[in-house]
Amino acid sequence: MQEKYDFIVIGAGVVGCMIARWLSRYEGRVLVIEKQADVGMGTTAANTSIVHAGYDPVPGSLKARMNVKGNAMWDQLKAELNFAFVRSGDYVVAIGEEELPALDTLMVQGRKNGVPGMMIINGAEMRAREKNINPNVSGALWASTGGICDCFQVNVAAGESAAMNGVEFRFNTAFEDFIMEGDRIIGIKTNQGDFLSRWVVNAAGLYSDVVMHKAGVRPEFKIQPRKGEYFVFDRADIQIDNVLFPVPSDAGKGIMVTNTVHGNTIIGPNAQIIDDKEDTSTTIPGMDEIWEGSQKLIPSLDRRHVIATFAGLRAMGNGPCKTPGVNYNKDYIIEIPENVRGFVNLGGIESPGLASSPAIAEEVIDLLKDAGEDLREKKDWEPIRPARPRYRDMSHKDRQLLVEMDPQFGRVICRCENVTEGEILAEIHAPIPALTYDAIKRRTWLGTGRCQGGFDMPRVVAILSRELGVSPMEITKRGHSSEYLVRKTKDLEIADDN
Amino acid sequence: MEEKNFICTACPMGCKLIVRMEGDEVVKILGHRCRKGETYGRQEAIAPQRMVASTVRIANGIHPLLPVYTKGSIPKRKIFEVLEKIRAIEVPAPVKAEDVIIANVIGTGVDVIASRDMPEK
Amino acid sequence: MIIKKQYDVVVIGAGPGGLAAAIEAKKGGADDVLVIERDVELGGILLQCIHNGFGLQTFKEDLPGPEYAQRYINEAKSLGISFLMDTMVMDVTSQRKLYLSSRDFGYVEVDAHAIVLAMGCRERTRAQVRLPGYRPNGVFTAGTAQRWVNVEGYMPGEKFVILGSGDIGMIMARRLTFEGAHVERVLEIQSYLSGLSRNYVQCLEDWGIPLQLNHTIKKIIGKNRVEAIESVAVDEKWNFIPGTEEIIPCDTLLLSVGLIPENELSKKAGVALDPVTGGPFVDEHFQTNVPGIFAAGNVVHVYDLVDWVSLAGVEAGRSAAEFALAEKERSARYIPLVPGKNVRYIVPHKLDKKALEKGDISLQMRVTKPIEEDVWLEVHGEKNSIVRRSERYVRPGEMVTIVLKPRMAAEVEKAGRLTVDIYPKSEA
Ligand SMILES: Cc1cc2nc3c(=O)[nH]c(=O)nc-3n(C[C@H](O)[C@H](O)[C@H](O)COP(=O)(O)OP(=O)(O)OC[C@H]3O[C@@H](n4cnc5c(N)ncnc54)[C@H](O)[C@@H]3O)c2cc1C
Ligand SMILES: Cc1cc2nc3c(=O)[nH]c(=O)nc-3n(C[C@H](O)[C@H](O)[C@H](O)COP(=O)(O)OP(=O)(O)OC[C@H]3O[C@@H](n4cnc5c(N)ncnc54)[C@H](O)[C@@H]3O)c2cc1C
Ligand code: SF4
Repeated sequence: MQEKYDFIVIGAGVVGCMIARWLSRYEGRVLVIEKQADVGMGTTAANTSIVHAGYDPVPGSLKARMNVKGNAMWDQLKAELNFAFVRSGDYVVAIGEEELPALDTLMVQGRKNGVPGMMIINGAEMRAREKNINPNVSGALWASTGGICDCFQVNVAAGESAAMNGVEFRFNTAFEDFIMEGDRIIGIKTNQGDFLSRWVVNAAGLYSDVVMHKAGVRPEFKIQPRKGEYFVFDRADIQIDNVLFPVPSDAGKGIMVTNTVHGNTIIGPNAQIIDDKEDTSTTIPGMDEIWEGSQKLIPSLDRRHVIATFAGLRAMGNGPCKTPGVNYNKDYIIEIPENVRGFVNLGGIESPGLASSPAIAEEVIDLLKDAGEDLREKKDWEPIRPARPRYRDMSHKDRQLLVEMDPQFGRVICRCENVTEGEILAEIHAPIPALTYDAIKRRTWLGTGRCQGGFDMPRVVAILSRELGVSPMEITKRGHSSEYLVRKTKDLEIADDN
Repeated sequence: MEEKNFICTACPMGCKLIVRMEGDEVVKILGHRCRKGETYGRQEAIAPQRMVASTVRIANGIHPLLPVYTKGSIPKRKIFEVLEKIRAIEVPAPVKAEDVIIANVIGTGVDVIASRDMPEK
Repeated sequence: MIIKKQYDVVVIGAGPGGLAAAIEAKKGGADDVLVIERDVELGGILLQCIHNGFGLQTFKEDLPGPEYAQRYINEAKSLGISFLMDTMVMDVTSQRKLYLSSRDFGYVEVDAHAIVLAMGCRERTRAQVRLPGYRPNGVFTAGTAQRWVNVEGYMPGEKFVILGSGDIGMIMARRLTFEGAHVERVLEIQSYLSGLSRNYVQCLEDWGIPLQLNHTIKKIIGKNRVEAIESVAVDEKWNFIPGTEEIIPCDTLLLSVGLIPENELSKKAGVALDPVTGGPFVDEHFQTNVPGIFAAGNVVHVYDLVDWVSLAGVEAGRSAAEFALAEKERSARYIPLVPGKNVRYIVPHKLDKKALEKGDISLQMRVTKPIEEDVWLEVHGEKNSIVRRSERYVRPGEMVTIVLKPRMAAEVEKAGRLTVDIYPKSEA
């Protein structure tokens, strides 16, 4: 018998998980399907993690509205979901007098978008606020509502909140096609079988075009991947105190330098148009480009202090803005299309998609209500997703109490980041279980220190194997043929023929 | 006359040895800085010898493998044969360091012994 | 095991450095010696170094790593040294207080008269991080692979390329060959071998494993798991030489690019580090800049032979015991001053009994509550009264003083601690 749902969400990125969490407030059965082994392995895994204030998007666009509305929702969201978020404010930094007029333009644009708390400060003030800044700084736009977060934590927390309120998740499950009845969607086909549903939500990020085309919606819509690469610096070596954007140019927002909630400085991203939606490799020209770009803001960075690189893909769409008189064709699509029933269609959710995600989720609820869906609030909906202990950040006293309560927290597995067995077990048995090394790593920050997992890796593989009751050879880094081990040392079967 | 080149491994100095051979006979050794080197060069030219260290399966031990090694050197060309013997067996825990695991392995006259204590699980 | 509050010598790390230090400290007269090890057994990194080549200096024998460690473990156990295993030292202060974290023993605080840092070293990882490409699984340090193959009993791959010609990498090349895997290549960016030539002969040359000097990796190929690497030759400034690229199919890349002393803890204790070695600055007794904190083994600088590590451990252990004994004697001379009835605090908090022979010592204190009548101020030991004087009243706002005189030294000597009580004469 096929499983029957009221809502299926395709994609467990931050957008899909936020929507699932908003849907979990209401009666009805909700399923999230995700083709990868964990939440947040798409674009949400690799971005700048900034909660933008909202002065960038074109006034009148849906993107602008979602950004400004979403930004205002983050304090409550943090209080409910318990993830790392700091409303630190952000800066657009002008170098040399000739860049100053651009700040005014952004300020005007921000006001049109309804961004509160912006101010232009002079070069001296900027130098006082960021000791490492290029001494030629002439001024900066300060947007006090900007912030930074851990994008992955946000994604997990939203997903877990949904799961705690009854939403089901299926991983390694890829959408393949819709099941239609006339012009109505009644379910989906996946590589793991069919699932029926009254509504299907497209939150497939880079693949949102593929999904909507299967439903016969917007055949002209196309996602063009744009790659952005980054450097991460060792927090022991360098610490930038602020979120610093350069003045934007025709080429985009430019290479920024920013601090993160974990204390590491990162620089990036560049913007490279590519065709392959899976190509998250870093490149030598790309790395050179972000390096040179970063020098404009912070000339004193030292490339030897880089401890990691990564790349993410923006899902740039070609959706026209619906507001009359606004000529803009990279807007977000959030709609219930007229030609297909039972379909909530999202597309082109590129930056600031993370910042906008709570507003996007609310928008989806509003659309459903407008479409006559009778959404009834659950009486026992639980908005709080509790925080889990992080040993590393605790005082001696608190550690002592925690280990008394649960001795597993006394056993340190990651020596650099001081992550304990108790924390690992908590993640493996969480509402959305962490079943791969990377899933644990991204939730606890284990293995991200100076030894880059060399010490903890065999131990984590052993714990996963024990807890899941499978051989260590089945444990993967991130699902899909990324196993660690190939055979037992003594089980040599292959004939030695060369 | 044939010339063989070796790097002496008898100490960390690593002298470059030249061994002149007449058939199977060593005629002259050059390049060594001490007597140990001379002995090494001669041995290496005629019948190279190595110690072998590996692991055997152990049942009920605190680890799945027990490290072992050959108590003395064995002919280099026999190493893989010895490794095969080592791979084939399993011993029960507990074991004490230097316990004999395989006596007189493949008739070399050398024992394979345990490198450490291995208590029971 | 019951963990004491105070030890003479605490050794952090049970590798050959730490074990030698503990043994020597015990032999040098330290009664309470504690070794703390985060692994589940003693021996340190040697337990996974199953190849021979250890102990030629110390034992005049060619031993494998575990056997070398075993001899120290046996000796340490026979001497009555205490061990805490599966226990990690989280923090050390310059006052020689340690915070330990353990599943079996909890989160515990202990004090030491002397500490020996013997945390060893860890492998460098930086070489990989700036390589372009994906981040597939299958890139490990040689030491991680060593642990898997030799201790956990699993092979992390079948076809290997090794970056760096360090000793661990070369030793692993032979080890993997012995277990039926193929090592396709060892690449070294420098123009010379970074490990011992002995290891080059016995681990690479013997098995026909090609070493390419002046070569490095340009790119890692593969998304989920390594599928190949692209190697490239470099000039003397390490710039890639175009046209020399080669794709080498493999499923695993091992990094053997050097070791670096493990000093996160040392930093917390305020130990100054030498930027060149990466380890603490030490004197000839291996004492760091923090009095009473010693360091031995690879935590100080990376040794080429374990025998020297053991020797360093001996020196550090002996010196630590000496320091601890002196410290213990000094602290035994002190007796605490304890606030008794109606006394909030006393300054000084403790006093050196010997100091009383040299002159007056005045005790300053404040009371908890006012007493508006005649009171006694009395200093006494557990059994004997030492001095008593009267006051017409006491008030919290006004400091009170009592003076100990040299003639009281004999009575003070008998006491384990001194208590001061202040009470109305009417209650006496
Ligand atoms: C370089 C860069 C920097 C950015 N910086 C910021 C920033 O600072 N602030 C900000 O607000 N935004 C930023 N963004 C944008 C932000 O990251 C995205 O808007 C947001 O993560 C999009 O979330 P998503 O859930 O739509 O997409 P994704 O996270 O990609 O999620 C989509 C999910 O759908 C799954 N999926 C796809 N196809 C299928 C299928 N057939 N079946 C099942 N599952 C499927 C994918 O596996 C994926 O997990 C940045 C983006 C990039 C690339
Ligand atoms: C992978 C690897 C392979 C090596 N192979 C060889 C070789 O073949 N030949 C050779 O001569 N040398 C080799 N070395 C060098 C080797 O480290 C030394 O020869 C010797 O083992 C160093 O002894 P040690 O006591 O200084 O350190 P280690 O043997 O490393 O011992 C340090 C101990 O401290 C413990 N520790 C660290 N931090 C803490 C903490 N916070 N709390 C509690 N315990 C802690 C560790 O678990 C470890 O057991 C190798 C090193 C490594 C890393
Ligand atoms: S010849 Fe002597 S000095 Fe030279 S490497 Fe051999 S043993 Fe050492």
